[in-house]
Amino acid sequence: MIIPAFNEEGALPGVLAELRSVLEARGIDHDAIVIDDGSEDATAAIAADAGATVLRLPYNLGIGGALRTGFRYAVSRGYRRAVQFDADGQHDPEEIEGLLEALDAGADMVVGSRFGDERSTYEVGSVRRSAMRVLRVTVRLLSGRVFTDTSSGFRGFNERTLELFARVYPVDYMESVEALVIACASGLRVTEIPVAMRTRQHGLPTTRRWRLAYHYLRLLFVVLATATRRPRPTEVRP
Amino acid sequence: MTTQAHVFVVVVTLLAVAFVIRLVRRRQLRAKYAMLWVAVCAVIAFMAAVPSVPNRLARGVGIFYQPAAFLFAAVVFLFLVVVHFSYELSRLEERSQVLAQEVALLRRALEERRAEDDGVSAPPGT
Repeated sequence: MIIPAFNEEGALPGVLAELRSVLEARGIDHDAIVIDDGSEDATAAIAADAGATVLRLPYNLGIGGALRTGFRYAVSRGYRRAVQFDADGQHDPEEIEGLLEALDAGADMVVGSRFGDERSTYEVGSVRRSAMRVLRVTVRLLSGRVFTDTSSGFRGFNERTLELFARVYPVDYMESVEALVIACASGLRVTEIPVAMRTRQHGLPTTRRWRLAYHYLRLLFVVLATATRRPRPTEVRP
Repeated sequence: MTTQAHVFVVVVTLLAVAFVIRLVRRRQLRAKYAMLWVAVCAVIAFMAAVPSVPNRLARGVGIFYQPAAFLFAAVVFLFLVVVHFSYELSRLEERSQVLAQEVALLRRALEERRAEDDGVSAPPGT
């Protein structure tokens, strides 16, 4: 379990406790890895008290940098699978088994989608919704695949994907869309399964409208530039 | 400017855009800088394609020699970019300082741990 956390001391203890009890009840062997992304609160200490392995970054790298730290850790310790899980409690640990089953069925990467079925009651703003639609259509045209939720942070990865992402995981805002396109362009099998998500327990998205618009424009540019890249099945490893 | 000059400017900016996109594809340029330079190229190409717009803008601010207005705007813009880069550079220097210090602390902690494992007290330093 890769859990990036930035100033999440409020939600983290409950999230880690629930994660552990659910996975233990299901008999799923796991290690919780919390990446403390330069938090100014007691996130690292609280995560360690809850029994998680804590990787503490010396300053805030943002979600992409924190995730790549987690991927590098997973690769260096020889983990064969990893699941990204949010520290703010919006993901339901009951859904992890579904992600693992998709990996068992041969997926290199599996995305838990908020919009895959009616169980989901996730609310998003209007700018975000229309921009998500544009991105979804773009990703569909470029990858030839349908993804209903391109920005989900609830995902499972196998060894192959972990090795790729440990090197090239994007670090900008809304990095998951870029990651999806990189994975498809690298010839990985990406599948999507519907998951139910909760509303955030602590904190709210704070990005302003014009900023959001800029980020979506930037993302569109990167996605177009990346996806039209010639597919290179044998990527050079450092 | 002559028609040839306009075409020349448009072609050069298109080549610049192609170069920027190439850098992004090779992951050698962060998207935020790519966006900046693509936007600059778009503005220059637009002005070359529709020269009446920069002419009118120049007159609007009271400059009757249009190239002077263009060069002035270019200098102001590049100055802002350099200031921004200085800011980014300062931040990067600060961060690499912190990183080096972290490494020093970690190295010391590791040495102490190794010495403990060997059953002797840590050497005072290296």
